[in-house]
Amino acid sequence: MKKLIKLTASALALLFAVNAANAGGKLSIYHWFEYIPQELLDQFSAEHDVEVTMDTFDSNEAMLASLKAGKLGSYDVAVPGDYMVEIMAGEGMLDTFSKAELPNHSNIMDQWINVGFDMGRKSSIPYQWGSTSFSVNRDDYKGDINTLAMVFDPPAELQGKINVLDSQGELLALASMYLGIPQCTTDRDQLKALNDLVQKAKPHWASFGSDTAKDVLVSGDASVGMIWSGFSAKAREEGANIEYAFPKEGYVVWMDNVVLLKDAPNRENALKFMNFLLEPENAAAVTNYAAYTAGVKGTEPHLSDTVANSPESNPPASPVGEFVQACSQEVQEVYDTIWTNLKK
Amino acid sequence: MMSEKNLDLRYFTGFLPLTLLCLFLLYAPLIVVMVYSFNDSNSITRWDTVSLRWYYDVFYGLEAPKFKAAAINSISIAIMAATSATIIATLAATAMLRAGRFKGKSFSFALINLPLMVPEIVTAVATLIFFSAIGFTTGYLTILIAHIVFCIPFAYLPIAARMEGIEGVYEQVAQDLYATRLQAFRLILMPLMAPGILSGFLLAFIISLDDFIITNFVKGAGIETLPTAIFGAVKQGIKPNIMAISTLLLVVSVGFVALSYFVGQMGEKANPTTKPKGD
Amino acid sequence: MAASPQQNSRAMNNNYDGFGVPLILPSWIIIGFFLVVPVAMMLMYSFLTKEFRGGVIWEFSLAAYDQFFFDRGLFGDSPPVIEWTYISIFWRSIWQAGVATFFCLLIGFPTAWFIATRTGRNSTIWLFLITIPYWVNLLIRTISMKFLIRDNGPLNEFLISFGVISEPFHIINTNLAVQLGLFYSYLPFMVLPIYAAVERYNFALSEAAADLYASRTVTLTKVILPAVKPGIVAGCILVFVPSLGAFLAPDLLGGAKNFMIGSLIEEQFKGNAGNWPFGAAASMILLSLVLIVLTLYARHQARGQR
Repeated sequence: MKKLIKLTASALALLFAVNAANAGGKLSIYHWFEYIPQELLDQFSAEHDVEVTMDTFDSNEAMLASLKAGKLGSYDVAVPGDYMVEIMAGEGMLDTFSKAELPNHSNIMDQWINVGFDMGRKSSIPYQWGSTSFSVNRDDYKGDINTLAMVFDPPAELQGKINVLDSQGELLALASMYLGIPQCTTDRDQLKALNDLVQKAKPHWASFGSDTAKDVLVSGDASVGMIWSGFSAKAREEGANIEYAFPKEGYVVWMDNVVLLKDAPNRENALKFMNFLLEPENAAAVTNYAAYTAGVKGTEPHLSDTVANSPESNPPASPVGEFVQACSQEVQEVYDTIWTNLKK
Repeated sequence: MMSEKNLDLRYFTGFLPLTLLCLFLLYAPLIVVMVYSFNDSNSITRWDTVSLRWYYDVFYGLEAPKFKAAAINSISIAIMAATSATIIATLAATAMLRAGRFKGKSFSFALINLPLMVPEIVTAVATLIFFSAIGFTTGYLTILIAHIVFCIPFAYLPIAARMEGIEGVYEQVAQDLYATRLQAFRLILMPLMAPGILSGFLLAFIISLDDFIITNFVKGAGIETLPTAIFGAVKQGIKPNIMAISTLLLVVSVGFVALSYFVGQMGEKANPTTKPKGD
Repeated sequence: MAASPQQNSRAMNNNYDGFGVPLILPSWIIIGFFLVVPVAMMLMYSFLTKEFRGGVIWEFSLAAYDQFFFDRGLFGDSPPVIEWTYISIFWRSIWQAGVATFFCLLIGFPTAWFIATRTGRNSTIWLFLITIPYWVNLLIRTISMKFLIRDNGPLNEFLISFGVISEPFHIINTNLAVQLGLFYSYLPFMVLPIYAAVERYNFALSEAAADLYASRTVTLTKVILPAVKPGIVAGCILVFVPSLGAFLAPDLLGGAKNFMIGSLIEEQFKGNAGNWPFGAAASMILLSLVLIVLTLYARHQARGQR
């Protein structure tokens, strides 16, 4: 018994040793997985003497759910996509800052300042932007891939070898584009057609996975994979003979943003971190790692050639991508039903 | 006494191969992972040469601080949860087996075993709802509380089994010799109980170290345990360093079971009240 | 030292008579406050109104159960018919768990029998070998299985290189993979109770049956099986119940393609859906199912003892 108590005491001691406070305090980040290089976090940590902890999520919806389930107030910053910034603002989850608090605010590219989801950038800063489409293994399929039919009505040789992102918003947005109907449509016939489309496509899909999206392409478990542009570039770097498609029906573009969360326990450090990410050099470091495109001025000199010239990050002039829209509650409930029907 | 061989129902032809098949099925995946953890290659599909590279990566690589923090959380939570659960379970076992009748006894038996009966996912959801409803921010403490709860029955089982096997006469004799109840408990019952308590503790420790589902629901910002950290990493594909961590964890678990087994064996021999096992 | 005949009554002594309640109190408090209260709260939440995108509104509503049992069409205004979506998700989980249990029994029974009929030390060693894998983290075992059975994983490579098959045997992301994962996760749970029952079985009984000219089959079905049946039933429950709420095997081995009960519930709290009352209702229904199985088992046990 005494031994047990001793063990407990030494464990507690260890615990406190780990928590030995950094003079600059802490910073708690809620971030997409496999996106920011650890070296950059270490650099911030060293420069400001701040202890950085990061949790990761694999979809905007999962992040929102987790914050709503009681984690708001324990993170300082999060990295939601465009439409999710709007939703979070509507839920009252965001704090605002003044330009004076963020000296590097002027580094934001002009086209990313007055955005619909945060006019004038009062609670978010642009981070990286990219697109969501799909990639095809060129060893398995030689034909034209620039159509969403590759995912929703695939040729026989690709059926059963498709992975789709486990992300309701992006999948249903692509499906809407394939049907040529507007996103978040309230038209019942269109919604029914949307439901029928994904129902019919499902037997051709091998798996639903966001975090596995790169791995299944690299390992060859899937021949077609719905995927984010940069993630696809990384899969290609890792040896998969894949090509990223810009389908003629359209594709999803998105911008991830760093937001200041309400009740952030370390607001000061959160602002320091956001300012840090607005440095061109640091924004470029994220770009070089994640292979997306930064929303900050002056990153070009710091970019690696492979990333700057990657086909995934340089879409053709047409077709153009579309942002995912945040649907009204009424439509969202239909979307939820479609999603559950899909996975039953 | 033995009947004719062909009538002896102890022996069925084919049962030995089936047992070997059973062992093969249980061990094959683990052995494959252990072997591949020594693969030098970056890829998990290609075999390169044998090396300890990924073990080095676990301790000194880029992700090492993350896994180290997770390991410290896991171990400290497991030690504290197992200790608390062992103490609570020892008291409960004494109540159930040494305190005669009291109000709510049969109800208590069901209550202690309740964490075993409720499916893990239900416990996870209920605990999440509970903490969220009372406005308690999830974090280290919430994981610890949840772990104590489900460790109690696991600690209770071996402790109660052991206590059942110890005759009350020893404590009665001690009390006849003017020992107080507390002295009898501390000086007679506890030493006899030691192997049971230790195996209860080890069982609870492993169960806590193992838990993923409940931890995943109640963990707070920036806190990972080994299983949640491994799950997070493995969702993006099995990497060689995960195999190295898995192998390490596997060795630790097996070491603990072996330890608890030998402690149990020693206890069997040392316990004067155990009846000899006869055929 | 031989056991005294009164051992049991002596072991159940009353040395701490009167201290029962204070001694049991800590377990009451901890389990009561952190498990019973939360489950009660979950029951309450299942009758509340959902808040859009997660959380609850404190208004009574039967919407969660209505959603579970009644289909009102894509838009929620068609006349209600029975909703098969969730019933089929539950049924799938029951089916997967059932198949896993069946295969556990198929392999587990002979194994348990074999081990229980070894003598002394040998039996202990066999038993130890069976239990070791159970102590390895379930997550790690599931990952190992995933690694082993992937399309170009070691199993397929092995089979192809020995010419058994020419094309990779596709298991991953199928129902079979989930069943295999569940089977693998809980196999030791089947072996242990059956082992205990067979070990306790008095083989003189089957010898007596043989002396009375009972055939092997008759002895097996009429004498042995009834005697070891409690062990079989216990094993089946120990495999079936955790399989029912399993989360890791469907998620990692099944490709997250089809919901099982565990992933359906998880989705309501951590995923896309964000419908807390519905997640709570689904949890309550799962809990009721398990409690029904356990009650039937307890009844069965009680009848067996009488």
